[in-house]
Amino acid sequence: MKIQKLNPRGSVGQDMKEAKKQGGLNAEIQSRIGHQLRAMYDDVVRQGVPDRFVELIRRLDVPESSPHVKDAGTKDGGE
Amino acid sequence: MPLTDSLRDDILASVPSLRAFAISLSGSGDRADDLVQETLLRALANIDSFQPGSNLPAWLFTILRNLFRSDYRKRRREVEDADGSYAKTLKAQPAQNAHLEFEEFRTALDKLPQDQREALILVGASGFSYEDAAAICGCAVGTIKSRVNRARSKLSALLYVDGAEDFGPDETVRAVIGGNG
Repeated sequence: MKIQKLNPRGSVGQDMKEAKKQGGLNAEIQSRIGHQLRAMYDDVVRQGVPDRFVELIRRLDVPESSPHVKDAGTKDGGE
Repeated sequence: MPLTDSLRDDILASVPSLRAFAISLSGSGDRADDLVQETLLRALANIDSFQPGSNLPAWLFTILRNLFRSDYRKRRREVEDADGSYAKTLKAQPAQNAHLEFEEFRTALDKLPQDQREALILVGASGFSYEDAAAICGCAVGTIKSRVNRARSKLSALLYVDGAEDFGPDETVRAVIGGNG
């Protein structure tokens, strides 16, 4: 169990403080995080537009004709 | 503005990134698609309030984020698994390193406070500027910057410090510093 003071930025442990002094490791970690974040995100982006959304937009081509639109557009949107 | 064909095409073109944002926020594919559907319905219902020439993706992301947050207040996210059994099951399978790393990342991301998570995703994955991200989240640019920094710092700690205790230094540290020798 480590008992240590947290620095103001959050619970960064001793290893991480060392890493920050070195600079290089921290940059490596940050680049790795950025890479993983984009990989996760782009994985979904590459799936394209599922049919249900193509149909949805097509069906709502003439918004007045669809009563559902009004239901979806009430009140608590613009906070 | 009225819903022209080209505007409709532009909205459809935003769907893949809306889905990615929704999944990043909610952690669940099914729920994310419901969120995207609600977003599209709301956008189409309010299309008159969209300013032609303004940033359509940012407008759609704002709607999605607001929907997610109002939904979030009603029912808490199901993140009970964040600490738990699923991650442990995965840790027992060292052969699946890439998958395991992905799951660990996902789990760590889920542990971030919501404000930090959304800021990090908007800037680090969706590719919005700090200014656009601030507009989407309805806060100051400096607030976004500090949320992104805190998110990165917390992810580092979760993935590469806490993780090192679980695995022993060789697994995690080797993976992290491998490129630097």
